[in-house]
Amino acid sequence: MTTRILTVEDDERIRMSVRLALEDEGYEVAEAESGEDALLAFCQAPADVVLVDIMLPGMDGFEVCRSIRKVSDVPIVMVTARADTHDVVAGLEAGADDYLTKPHAPKELSARIRALLRRVRTSDMGSPQLVFGELEIIPDEGVVRVASQEVHLTKTEFRLLVELASNVGRVFSREMLLERVWGYGYFGDGRLVDVHIRRLRTKIEPDPANPRYVVTVRGLGYKLAA
Amino acid sequence: MSRWERLGLRARITLLFALGGLLLAGTIGLLTLTLTRRSLLVERDAAALASFAENGQRFQRQVGDDPAAEGVAAILESLTTTSGALPLVRFGDEWVGLNSLVFSEETLPETLLELLSEESAGRTRITLNGEPAIVSGAQLPGRDAAYFEAVLIGEVDETLNSLGLILLVVGTVTTLVAAALGLWASRRALTPLADIRAAAESLAAGDLKTRLDPPADADLASLSASFNGMAQSLEDRIDRDARFASEVSHELRSPLMTFSASAEVLNNDRHQMSQRSQTALALLTDDIARFTQLVENLLEISRYDVGTAALQAEPVFFAEFVRHAISYSSRPDISLTVSEQGESLVIVADKRRLAQVIANLIDNADKYGGGNIEVEISSESDIAFLAVEDRGPGVPAAERQVIFDRFSRGSSGGRRGHNTGTGLGLSLVSEHVRLHAGEVWVEDRLDGSPGARMVVALPIRFDPEEDQ
Repeated sequence: MTTRILTVEDDERIRMSVRLALEDEGYEVAEAESGEDALLAFCQAPADVVLVDIMLPGMDGFEVCRSIRKVSDVPIVMVTARADTHDVVAGLEAGADDYLTKPHAPKELSARIRALLRRVRTSDMGSPQLVFGELEIIPDEGVVRVASQEVHLTKTEFRLLVELASNVGRVFSREMLLERVWGYGYFGDGRLVDVHIRRLRTKIEPDPANPRYVVTVRGLGYKLAA
Repeated sequence: MSRWERLGLRARITLLFALGGLLLAGTIGLLTLTLTRRSLLVERDAAALASFAENGQRFQRQVGDDPAAEGVAAILESLTTTSGALPLVRFGDEWVGLNSLVFSEETLPETLLELLSEESAGRTRITLNGEPAIVSGAQLPGRDAAYFEAVLIGEVDETLNSLGLILLVVGTVTTLVAAALGLWASRRALTPLADIRAAAESLAAGDLKTRLDPPADADLASLSASFNGMAQSLEDRIDRDARFASEVSHELRSPLMTFSASAEVLNNDRHQMSQRSQTALALLTDDIARFTQLVENLLEISRYDVGTAALQAEPVFFAEFVRHAISYSSRPDISLTVSEQGESLVIVADKRRLAQVIANLIDNADKYGGGNIEVEISSESDIAFLAVEDRGPGVPAAERQVIFDRFSRGSSGGRRGHNTGTGLGLSLVSEHVRLHAGEVWVEDRLDGSPGARMVVALPIRFDPEEDQ
């Protein structure tokens, strides 16, 4: 089954050239030229990955991310103008899993897509079910429960949690998490980790301001406390 | 510029005040001296004349017809007691005087004798015994005789001399006081100029927000208003230019995105192309990459111009970071030497920018130095050093500042600063390092052999909160 990508981009030339390049990589590509179009297209035929330009006329990219997140945990890659603005954090908080700056090579885009679609390596886990206090993780089924209530995580949040849970008590640096969850090398953007950890906490922590499970180790990274 | 203008406003005002004081004191002094002298002389003159007239008449009455020398002398004796005047009498060819040492027919001026040969009386000024004196003379009526009287007026001159001295002292003091007043006045008048100078300096140093506070003084209000107007238009202009550069680079991104995606599609099919087309495609692909880098660098640097460059600082294990940066660079093979303390060094830095700094320095060394590149990490008290040495021709002293300028090109011998072909690599390094409150410079290789050594110094305990 081919992977289906929905690209949301208002510039027709970019849309066409990106589609050609992605098709060369073996993806099936659907196009949308506005946020409204994108939501419509997504409802009619859900994609495996959504690529959203933040600068869209009318409904902007952030709004598209939020709307899709309400109905799906599909990986979303946003395309921003600049890496050092608040746009990146705002986009990640709106629900994007990763970002790319414009211009980027399509090879880079397909590398991002591949990383996001990677499955959880259950062989690393050792146990089909992990329990920490009231937190319960079943990697094979992709299920997380807090106090017996199922919590809905995106694929990336889930992989992040499983990564931390694979070695309880061990401190994971941002670089390590970027490599294992997002497939980045050493120079990935640490904000990806920070924002995802924040989102994860609001979903699984009883008090996200004073995390009980996903703990920050100052200056070093994060760990899962048993 | 004349010598006068070169003196400076303050010196000129002081000098003018001193000159005014001198002129005033001089005029008043001279006037006082002249008037005093005149009135003193007139007075003395009148006294001399009165004494002469009285003594002459008394002598005339007492002398009678007896011109015996002893009698005359006795009469003269009786006269002189009154006024201290020196009398002298001529009878025919006989001369009788009281003090012939001082006043005798010898000292009598010719002019007076000539005058008396025509007139009945006359007076003139002479010097007696080195002292000024007035000599009056009159023919005695009805006989061949004449009465002369000399009055010493030296004391008048003495008085005038002391007065002159006093006036000189007063004049000097007045001049000095005027000069001091001038100095004070010029300082006071120029105080607002010091503010303006400070503002202009701060503007020149790049603080475009510099403005003058509106002064209370109406005379200076227009000056400060026009200064502020100038500063405002300068700021607007620079802001506009910076925004323009930023927007242009921004606009270039969309076509670049299309270029790069389309080139990739072509590259996927390049095996079906002719050799010529493949060469053309390779050129196109390379230059798209270069163009992309240029636009990225332009945008990055325009962030500094527009003032939106913000540090995303976090603790970084320096040696580990540099090791990774080298492995991701255009020359992953180059050697890294880390000093003993350098291995455990943690600095606070913006990773993205620090990575760019290292990559650009390595690219630069590779492009212009060639051959072996050595990277060194060391530290000294609270400063971390990163040095990149190459074996190129080195950088001449005259170009060591210039190579950090945008689009600078060194002399043909050692072209540098034209990093990654965009001409912005080293200026970005310089801007990034400055944002970290650090310094970057180029020097000769430490071992003395030809080549350049680029050094980045970063504060270890740099607190980004302080700087923002």
